[in-house]
Amino acid sequence: MQAGKVIVVAATLSVLAGAAWAADTAPTDVKFVDNAVSQSLTGKPGDAAEGAKVFVDRKLGNCLACHQVSALKKELFHGDVGPSLDGAGSRWKPEELRAIVTDSKHVFGPDTVMPGFYSLNVGVNVRKDLVGKTILTAEQVEDVVAYVATLKE
Amino acid sequence: MKKTVLAIAGAAIITTGLAAVAYSDPVDDKLVIDGLEMITKAPAPEGHPFDTVYSGWLFREPETRALEADSFANPGMLYVERGQDIWNTVDGTKGKSCASCHNDAAETMKGIAAHYPKWNADAKRPINIELQIDKCRTENMGAEPYKFDAADQKALTTYIKYQSFGAPVSVDLKQGDMQSWWDKGKTEYYTRTGQLNLACASCHEASMGKHIRADHLSQGQVNGFPTYRLKQADMVSLHNRMRGCIRDTRAEIPKAFSDELMALEVYVTWRGTGLSVETPAVRQ
Ligand code: HEC
Ligand code: HEC
Repeated sequence: MQAGKVIVVAATLSVLAGAAWAADTAPTDVKFVDNAVSQSLTGKPGDAAEGAKVFVDRKLGNCLACHQVSALKKELFHGDVGPSLDGAGSRWKPEELRAIVTDSKHVFGPDTVMPGFYSLNVGVNVRKDLVGKTILTAEQVEDVVAYVATLKE
Repeated sequence: MKKTVLAIAGAAIITTGLAAVAYSDPVDDKLVIDGLEMITKAPAPEGHPFDTVYSGWLFREPETRALEADSFANPGMLYVERGQDIWNTVDGTKGKSCASCHNDAAETMKGIAAHYPKWNADAKRPINIELQIDKCRTENMGAEPYKFDAADQKALTTYIKYQSFGAPVSVDLKQGDMQSWWDKGKTEYYTRTGQLNLACASCHEASMGKHIRADHLSQGQVNGFPTYRLKQADMVSLHNRMRGCIRDTRAEIPKAFSDELMALEVYVTWRGTGLSVETPAVRQ
């Protein structure tokens, strides 16, 4: 009886997830042209305020693990594995930022240590529950891109 | 009044958080413990990606460095003491302790652990101190092998490593098939794992000296293990640490003492050739 309930809940969830997925470009369908991804992955513009949260959250983007941003001084411990993102919104067009966040290996080459946040091109032995899943959702990528685009010189 | 102090402290942390970016190299400092100078920098062996190998001690904050330098304050020394008790305690069906066969560890174990992992002809694989202890327990004492990371396993390993305190690490790759395990370990070191798609080399070679959030990335050397970790307030074994790093890439974690982790131990130990055994080191 308990098990029956669980299955029903799981089925509902997967229907919802499927619905969200349908409108998004699947990770394997993202088109990179000249270091850029021209189309929004969700078909909609991102929300910069939400993106700032994803950027900081250690369980989501955790971008501060590797990048510094002066505007986020109140957050402790900005890493320096990657460059400061101050002015990144002036250096890169939004469609280039989308390519970098989706799968930076298309832009920086295979040796970059920056993870691909919406890519299934991942390492070996991926944790079982994460197989076939991306670090961020399409919507979170769009939000982060919108946020980084605000970091002007 | 209190508030101002807090505010100032807060500001100081923020500035250091950002200022930390300015320095990225290992510090220029000497580690002297009980009058003995440790080798914390050594010329890298041939075929090594770096010119110089550095102990993780050189990448830690001044307070953490000071704690290791003071053997009275170093909490890891309690494990050395506990290990000494276990060394002398009879266990198993044969009525023996380690001391029954090996007498005074200060003499018989001096310098020994600096050359582990070693080839083991019976098992046809390299073994580390933990596995050597288990071999003695099962074959010579009639005792059970330790469960991975049992407090006694960590204490006895710490005690045995401590008998090589200061001695430079060197592994003999000519024994048995050690070379092929080294090769396998090297391949693993450069293989990206997990959803985050990072290899050991992504953090400890390509990003050595940089910060990942608050952590100052070292070369990931093993010369201080088992290590007292402030974050865990406990001794941490090498296989526990490697499992943690692999987990952080969001990968499935290999079992302690598995072929994967033993190969990695052989290779990573070689990467620290020439550094002093610092057990029990103190890390953040
Ligand atoms: C594990 C480290 C790491 C993480 C996490 C990371 N990056 Fe990066 N990033 C890098 C590195 C390294 C570079 C520089 C390119 C190179 O050398 O490979 C880079 C470059 C960039 C650039 C171009 C910078 C410039 O000014 O030219 C942008 C934009 C960027 N990252 C955004 C992000 C965002 C947004 C996130 C989080 C969603 C993120 N990064 C997470 C390591 C990281
Ligand atoms: C995502 C980044 C990352 C990856 C990938 C990574 N590590 Fe680490 N590792 C760290 C951090 C952060 C620390 C703590 C700071 C330091 O000592 O460098 C650390 C510490 C260590 C230490 C302790 C060093 C000391 O002085 O006590 C060892 C050993 C180590 N890592 C080995 C490995 C091995 C082997 C691999 C690959 C299987 C690996 N690491 C992969 C981030 C990483």
